[in-house]
Amino acid sequence: MADAKTKQEPLLTPTVDDDGAPFWEHAARGELRIQSCTACGELRFPPRPCCPHCQSFDSEWRKMSGRGRIWSYVFPHPPLLPAYAAQPGYNAIVVELADAPRIRLVGNLVTAPDAPLNSIAPERLRIGAKVQVAFTTLDDGHTVPRWVLERP
Amino acid sequence: MASLKDATAIVGIGQTPFAKQLPDSEKTLACKAILAALDDAGIAPSEVDAFASYTMEETDEVEVAKAIGAGDVTFFSKVGYGGGGSCATVAHLAAAIATGQASVGIAWRSRKRGSGPRPWKNTAVQLPTPAQWTRPFGLLRPADEIAMLARRHMHEYGTTRDHLFNVALACRNRANQNPAAMMYERPLTRDMYMTSRWISEPLCLFDNCLETDGALACVIVSAERARDCRQKPVYVHSTAQGLPAQHHGMVNYWNDDPLSGPAWTAARHLWKQADFGPEDVDVAQIYDAFTPLIPLSLEGYGFCGRGEGGAFTEGGALESGGRLPINTGGGGLSEAYVHGFNLINEGVKQLRGTSTAQVPDAATCLVTAGEGVPTSAVLLRAP
Repeated sequence: MADAKTKQEPLLTPTVDDDGAPFWEHAARGELRIQSCTACGELRFPPRPCCPHCQSFDSEWRKMSGRGRIWSYVFPHPPLLPAYAAQPGYNAIVVELADAPRIRLVGNLVTAPDAPLNSIAPERLRIGAKVQVAFTTLDDGHTVPRWVLERP
Repeated sequence: MASLKDATAIVGIGQTPFAKQLPDSEKTLACKAILAALDDAGIAPSEVDAFASYTMEETDEVEVAKAIGAGDVTFFSKVGYGGGGSCATVAHLAAAIATGQASVGIAWRSRKRGSGPRPWKNTAVQLPTPAQWTRPFGLLRPADEIAMLARRHMHEYGTTRDHLFNVALACRNRANQNPAAMMYERPLTRDMYMTSRWISEPLCLFDNCLETDGALACVIVSAERARDCRQKPVYVHSTAQGLPAQHHGMVNYWNDDPLSGPAWTAARHLWKQADFGPEDVDVAQIYDAFTPLIPLSLEGYGFCGRGEGGAFTEGGALESGGRLPINTGGGGLSEAYVHGFNLINEGVKQLRGTSTAQVPDAATCLVTAGEGVPTSAVLLRAP
């Protein structure tokens, strides 16, 4: 498989807004937490100022088990931004969380948290496959979630 | 309650050539298409008092009005969400004219997408905050975002690449009949489709729209005034916009049901206001930036049941003489990708009886805007 991280062309990093900041702060501590309404308990994603179910502005960040299943996946091919083109055959996946199947996260399936985006063989991807979250810290210091197969 | 039903009509259409590269600026192309549409209608530019466009349009109505010699303008509107706004331009002008806010409306689209930059090309420079949930993971382009839905649709319903090929082929076959289409002399085969390079697997090259320089425009007036125009009027029968609950543009993965997108919302309102239903549509122009948008839209607008959009394409259903001929000018996939405006003008041609792939006696046409983003649609009807 291709060489690991390309030094000269970094991966895109999250442009964080006020609503999303806690997600990334928890990720930096290695925790997957999802915004939940303090009043009615409903989880919501992406984060936003108030609860679409009960309109409360009070929220907390609930810790998830980090287990999920692949909901769908794609293999983007060039033309791509250089950092992604440098990892041919990489995947992007959508994961539905085991704790809350209606909460879905976009991510990458890899062999290990710090492995390249194309580290896993494409034929290992399957809708419904069980995955587990893991975190990696990019060169610029941003920590992002990655996903590994529950049964490697 | 006042009704917009058949209260206004499209009485003029105009377009520039379509090509990968045209020398004119977007502003010049816009003016050429608008003046051609006014000439088609037999209406003087000084009579224009309303404009409607949609976002990602670089030329604004101030520039256009000044250049063509419009009169005092009393209504102007710009609809959001790029290709989702195409049909809403017609809808906004119809509402304005039917309620007396203006009398002659121009809707237009001008783009240099063929020779200019792609809108997503600068993602590295300015990553919009909603993209924090997708782009860092390499889900970079509209093709990637729609491919994710396509893979899920294949998984849930058995939709195949052959179904997507049926869509690409129907559009290409119609383009091969249309001398103005970019793909006029370029037939498509199943072998070409199946062996082409991936763009975002499961989507290949031919699942993606063209990149085009060009412009189009249409003229809308009241039904009463339409009787005195040069061309046979094409009535705006019903219109709708659609922004579903919990929708997230393009990456509609986090609502309860990601495979029922904005088309479903627009369709409910569209049919509620209409005198006829999907079974009475003679020809459809369905927004086709990517082939999977066709099965998703066929389901959303009620031409088939949920999950049946792939199977609907079988047996030549989308071809001339089929159950629902679509994109009879070639669509975004094979005529020109001008953010769907060519679909509006092609709908008008069908109901005038002047399409290069004319559906015999076509009297009703559905035109849709981009599915996957907040969208819009119009039902057109012949007199």
